[in-house]
Amino acid sequence: MTQHMHPEKILARVGTLRWEAGRDFHDELVESIYADAARIADRAVTRKGQRGRFDMDRTIDRLVTSRWLGFPLMLLMLTVVFWLTIEGANYPSAMLASLLVDSMHPILKGLADGIGVPWWISGLLIDGMYLAMAWVISVMLPPMAIFFPLFTLLEDFGYLPRVAFNLDGLFRRSGAHGKQALTMAMGFGCNAAAIVATRIIDSPRERLIAIITNNFALCNGRWPTQILVATIFIGGLVPAHLAGLVSAAAVVSVAVLGIVMTFVVSWALSRTVLKGEASAFSLELPPYRPPQILRTIYTSMIDRTLIVLWRAVIFAIPAGAAIWLMSNIHVDGTSLAVHFIDFTGPFGALVGLNGVILLAYVIAIPANEIVIPTILMLTVLSARIAGLGDGAGVMFEPDSDVTADVLVAGGWTLLTAINLMLFSLVHNPCSTTIYTIYKETRSAKWTTVASLLPVVMGFVMCFVLTQVWLLLS
Amino acid sequence: MSSEKTAPAQAAVSSSCEACPAHHAANLIRLGVNMANWDFVVALSGNPNTGKTTVFNALTGLRQHTGNWPGKTVVRAEGGFAYAGDRYKLVDLPGTYSLLSTSDDEEVARDFILFGSPDVTIVVVDATVLERNLNLVLQVLEITERAVICLNLMDEVKRRGMEVDDRRLARDLGVPVVPTVARRNEGIAELLQAVADVAAGRVASKPYRIEPPPGLKDALGELTDEVSAAFPGLYNARWVALRLLEGDPRIVEAVRSGQIADLGRHLSTQTASEPGLALQEVS
Repeated sequence: MTQHMHPEKILARVGTLRWEAGRDFHDELVESIYADAARIADRAVTRKGQRGRFDMDRTIDRLVTSRWLGFPLMLLMLTVVFWLTIEGANYPSAMLASLLVDSMHPILKGLADGIGVPWWISGLLIDGMYLAMAWVISVMLPPMAIFFPLFTLLEDFGYLPRVAFNLDGLFRRSGAHGKQALTMAMGFGCNAAAIVATRIIDSPRERLIAIITNNFALCNGRWPTQILVATIFIGGLVPAHLAGLVSAAAVVSVAVLGIVMTFVVSWALSRTVLKGEASAFSLELPPYRPPQILRTIYTSMIDRTLIVLWRAVIFAIPAGAAIWLMSNIHVDGTSLAVHFIDFTGPFGALVGLNGVILLAYVIAIPANEIVIPTILMLTVLSARIAGLGDGAGVMFEPDSDVTADVLVAGGWTLLTAINLMLFSLVHNPCSTTIYTIYKETRSAKWTTVASLLPVVMGFVMCFVLTQVWLLLS
Repeated sequence: MSSEKTAPAQAAVSSSCEACPAHHAANLIRLGVNMANWDFVVALSGNPNTGKTTVFNALTGLRQHTGNWPGKTVVRAEGGFAYAGDRYKLVDLPGTYSLLSTSDDEEVARDFILFGSPDVTIVVVDATVLERNLNLVLQVLEITERAVICLNLMDEVKRRGMEVDDRRLARDLGVPVVPTVARRNEGIAELLQAVADVAAGRVASKPYRIEPPPGLKDALGELTDEVSAAFPGLYNARWVALRLLEGDPRIVEAVRSGQIADLGRHLSTQTASEPGLALQEVS
């Protein structure tokens, strides 16, 4: 190290030089950059008269960001997306379930029995692992294959920044950063990815708010739960031709409730533990770009649908094994699963859920995707339903909705369904997200807050709803 | 998506074609995340939402998720490609409006251009709003002369009934300017050729440098010498001197702690020791 001059000396010299200059050098430099940029750009760019298509952009913008039409259009667009998803996913879902669960499962079982596989091995492999995988694929694949391409098309078109623009005022009034609208929108895809994306927010206070409230944006893993439960229980309340639309509206209501909760919790946090003013920022509204439909469908199938499905399958297989073991290891004559379900049952009833759902949410901490499959398997395997399950394969009436049958047989009511939709929106983040929160905040305290706050809120909300419901009915 | 398949066809092409970028496009081999033993490091910078990730995908064959909204990339994505016999590592940086860093994502971009010593820095520019984008271009050119301007979204320019004169721009900026429509792969071949030329030193860049305000010219000269004497091997002493005169607190602190020399070393060893990572997070 041959340092000719000590850093402190350089800095002292800088001080003198700056003093001698006696002006605000920074501003002057920035000004000269802007002036040079303007001059160079001016020489290179020529504008011709026709600006028709550009005006079109502005017309669209005036419409989708207008004070009165902005929000209704946003809701309408979401509803249409879900309506298409629900209508489109119904039939393939039922088909996959009848193929993988109704037909393949007994065949596999028969095969295993035929070659003399011991009951506990075929139980673990086929009734546990295979069945969990089969449920995940039939419940999740169709809605994802429709929803993701549609959402990606909206994203490519350039709609997300307009959503951010519409929501900016609300975020500011709740003491949060306007860019939180963007990270929230990303949360509709994946909360863990959105937590990383909160890096676009400069102030640590606002970033923490964005991180803690991101869980209120329904993610990949939870959309299928919402869609499925809404289709069966809410769509079932109205005549068949309206079912799709009404279920879509129910899912949108839950998503909107999530957005409202984002505001409420952001507001509460910025008034209490994370006090401070919202900072200003500028947001570019990029030009609308015609989406490349085929490429979008291709990449969203590969990048999102298959990757998310793969993740679900990876988590479903060990979960399936765990479920089977819990249902088949008996202590005092009852299985572990039933012990847990009976033990938590009274608490579950208090909040309008049941022991099966609570156990499913414990098993599904690694991945929300497997909540519904877990519930279905637990309901069947926990032997609460006379004549069904018990490791002997599942028998259902042909031509009926398998999923609906299981849930109804498990004692589900409309109240259970609504509570499950609520709890699916407001509960702890998945373990990947929790880990990401820790990685980004480096704080055990905030990670704990972000993980526990939603569970507690979820239980409180379900409890209040259930008690009011029971009082009124 | 399958241009690597066409690579063998090059054998039949006569040598007179070899000067043509269109011919060299066939030489692009997308390496995805396989980027061990690179010959050159290329940084991909630009304002938010100008299509950096689209260019990144076109060059590496990776499919980083793209979206039409600013701020989509907040971590550094890395990928590789081989072109005309050389292996390149390409680093997709978060979008920034300037190099006067304010947030974490801007910091990532600025630190890499500054201290990561890329062999070539591609600045992706939204041609429809050239003036605003040039602010960043000029700041990058302050730091490095090894730059290529990717004048992207030329289809939007046409759609709006505008014209952007890329030759004029290249003459004014003193570095190669390549018009592209990255999402349709237009101009990517020419971009590759320009990057290869700059990397190999075949292009004499004379980057546009902002004139410092008159009274400070001598001060800047003096300080530049002192900085480069105190920190030999520093990437760009003039830029550091400018920041010091401006009073940029982060740079002042980095000089005081000696971190300004460390940071360069740290970043280059970090990237060298972890090849093959598709998503490298800088925190």
